[in-house]
Amino acid sequence: MYVAVKGGETAIRNAHRLLANRRRGDPSVPSLTLEQIAEQLALACDRVMSEGSVYDRDLAALAIKQARGDLIEAIFLLRAYRTTLPRFGYSEPVDTAAMQVERRISATYKDLPGGQMLGPTFDYTHRLLDPALAGDEEVEAPESHESDETPVVRVSDILAREGLIENDGVSESEEIGDLTRTPMEFPMNRDTRLQALSRGDEGFLLALGYSTQRGYARSHPFAGEIRIGEVDVEFDVPELGFTVTLGRIRVTECQMVNQFQGSSKAPPQFTRGYGLVFGQSERKAMAMALCDRALRATELGEDIVAAAQDEEFVISHSDNVQATGFVEHLKLPHYVDFQAELDLVRRMRAEHAARRDSDSDSDSAMPEAAE
Amino acid sequence: MTIHTDDGLATYNFAYLDEQTKRMIRRAILKGIAIPGYQVPFASREMPMPYGWGTGGVQVTAAVIGPDDVLKVIDQGADDTTNAVSIRNFFAKVAEVETTTDTATASIIQTRHRIPEEKLKEGQILVYQVPIPEPLRFLEPRETETRKMHALSEYGLMHVKLYEDIAKNGHIATTYAYPVKVEGRYVMDPSPTPKFDNPKMHMSDALQLFGAGREKRIYAIPPHTDVVSLDFEDYPFEVQTFVEPCALCAAHGVYLDEVILDDKGGRMFVCSDTDHCEKRREGGHRGHLAGDARETAQ
Amino acid sequence: MTISEKIARGGFADPVFAAQTVFRAVMDAMARPGAVHGVSTDVRPPSPLNATAAAVALTLADADTPLWLGAELARSDAVRGWLSFHTAVPFAEFISHAGFAIVANPANVQPLSGFALGTQEYPDRSTTIIMQVETLTSGAPMTLSGPGIKGSRTIAPHPMPGHFKTQWRDINGHYPRGVDLVLASENAIACLPRTTRIGEREV
Repeated sequence: MYVAVKGGETAIRNAHRLLANRRRGDPSVPSLTLEQIAEQLALACDRVMSEGSVYDRDLAALAIKQARGDLIEAIFLLRAYRTTLPRFGYSEPVDTAAMQVERRISATYKDLPGGQMLGPTFDYTHRLLDPALAGDEEVEAPESHESDETPVVRVSDILAREGLIENDGVSESEEIGDLTRTPMEFPMNRDTRLQALSRGDEGFLLALGYSTQRGYARSHPFAGEIRIGEVDVEFDVPELGFTVTLGRIRVTECQMVNQFQGSSKAPPQFTRGYGLVFGQSERKAMAMALCDRALRATELGEDIVAAAQDEEFVISHSDNVQATGFVEHLKLPHYVDFQAELDLVRRMRAEHAARRDSDSDSDSAMPEAAE
Repeated sequence: MTIHTDDGLATYNFAYLDEQTKRMIRRAILKGIAIPGYQVPFASREMPMPYGWGTGGVQVTAAVIGPDDVLKVIDQGADDTTNAVSIRNFFAKVAEVETTTDTATASIIQTRHRIPEEKLKEGQILVYQVPIPEPLRFLEPRETETRKMHALSEYGLMHVKLYEDIAKNGHIATTYAYPVKVEGRYVMDPSPTPKFDNPKMHMSDALQLFGAGREKRIYAIPPHTDVVSLDFEDYPFEVQTFVEPCALCAAHGVYLDEVILDDKGGRMFVCSDTDHCEKRREGGHRGHLAGDARETAQ
Repeated sequence: MTISEKIARGGFADPVFAAQTVFRAVMDAMARPGAVHGVSTDVRPPSPLNATAAAVALTLADADTPLWLGAELARSDAVRGWLSFHTAVPFAEFISHAGFAIVANPANVQPLSGFALGTQEYPDRSTTIIMQVETLTSGAPMTLSGPGIKGSRTIAPHPMPGHFKTQWRDINGHYPRGVDLVLASENAIACLPRTTRIGEREV
């Protein structure tokens, strides 16, 4: 007897067994440790933490290992874990002005208080493959100096003192939005939008940010400042009457300084685009800042002419876990709907053929009639 | 109650979701029932399966299900398609509920793309997985605009689209996810079921719940509710008909899948609803290929 | 018992399954307006909050849903304390801000149109009013029709708000905006969603 494809359960079990085997690879090669991933693929962990919205390096490393290095899959794993975590409350805003800075550069000043600090950057490396890395050559210890604990002033604060740049902005409502807890609604407030961007796909934001530079909503950006380092995360405990420090996290912050003409009411001021992400991810923070600025078009009274300014378009499509799920769902069976389409197309083709036949019958009758 | 995995590492709440999330979803379900066909926004959670693979339906089922429920999961009408198996196993694991393939015994049926052939009964709940809940989305991509259209009951655009189909193709070219109007008010997407199934939604004895996880919407049709497929006086709504009966159980008037048998154009049509087909065969109904296929298999 | 003892006691003994059971009763009742669903619960709230209304509140209300209490309930510190302890609900200052409302005596309730009716764009942002009633079956009968009802159904709750039928017809007229009612007797519930119409003629 014909049996419709059965045994889905066995198939799934076997597929997962094969996956586990392929994930491990050649068993004669030592298995990666989470420490190795966390230490040596640190920027991959940073991206997974940032877009997975969980600051936990060990879990990010585990996710990367489990996902065989597929970072979007790893981000997905971390998100699915995050959703099960109880929510104790919301931290105070992190104070990036008080950051323990490891890298800090400004493109708008030659020199400035606190100085330009290159930090651990790929910039100015010549992109030549380094055969030495194939082995395990010892690496020089880094140059270091005593930190003088003086906070490094933010470039935006320098500009703000002169009134040259708009204020940091105030939240539209008392409560900070959280798109993981409340349904998204357009138009969005900037707080929720920034949250969406910070969780958004690096590649998507990079392409959109790039498009603004190429004239699709040009915003004349200057990299006012990029800083990477550690900040305290503080939590206000009303019962105690003071804040406690929960720990330190590494973040990358980018403040873009963008041109803006004043109006009859306000003198000319520079405007801001803001990027903040977990870990070290300059590309993402910069792209985010470009997108943030572009998305402020309505607020700043600019015409919406390009994709990067279109809030619904950008925010609805920036989440790579959503995007990959929906694109990949096309591989699920759709044969019921396809059958419905097949039936209609066959019927329409038959009708088309019938029309053509009757047309050609009358066509062939024509010459005779003409004769 | 929490469910522990074998290794004792991770623990989940009953039915995976935490209670706060369940409450939020339950509130959305109640408003959905109170406003039939209206899409209630909800703070959809990230689930341990991909968006687009039934996360909305899974969240609705998880918020509704209890230990006494009997769950059936189908995809394309079949209980044994891989994603249906996967979702059924998920609930068997995180809610320890009884599962079944029998439509009549199930108290909750989660479905993707089909409504069972067997008439659903009072007390049953049909949970649809919905990819794009907005019926107007393909005409107007903006949520801000479509929300206004629903608010004003302004559905002219949909009729224009359907009429353009007729002008261009001589038919309404929508064969699945065919829009319906609920209680004369909201135009609603029935999820990508073939339009063959649309009439089953009308005045159903069962409660119908719709979950769209990625798009973060829940909507509902209470039992005994008016559900009308959009059409025109001169082009009335009609469902697909199949010339042949099911090759295995000889059923007429059911939805059939086309199965390709060889590369020479050989094919057969069999019930898409596997449970319905099996039951008919158990009842002694034989299609014209049922016997032949056995011989081939032997 | 001191107030704080009263407050801490009487919640769900098994919150996960109790909430699921009560929710299913409310969902079924909302899907079949006017049908009476028995609710047996171990919840013991301070009076005058009845056990069924309390169980519905524990099932659906939390920190995200501002709750408004009718005068008789609002007066009781024990009731306020109990609800706030077991659900963490904030209390709504205005009835038009309420996600949920609980009314101990429907005869005294404010005009229904004063509750949150939602907006034309978001009709779901509306109050679900839990009304405590003495009976669902021996008051003045009303004939119901609409979605969820095959033909018609009769319900006879008591007490109900003054000029209820006129008020309800007014609510019907606002559709899709509106309020939804959960009528809670000591051991059963019935619902009237905004789509339910009440017939002219009493049976």
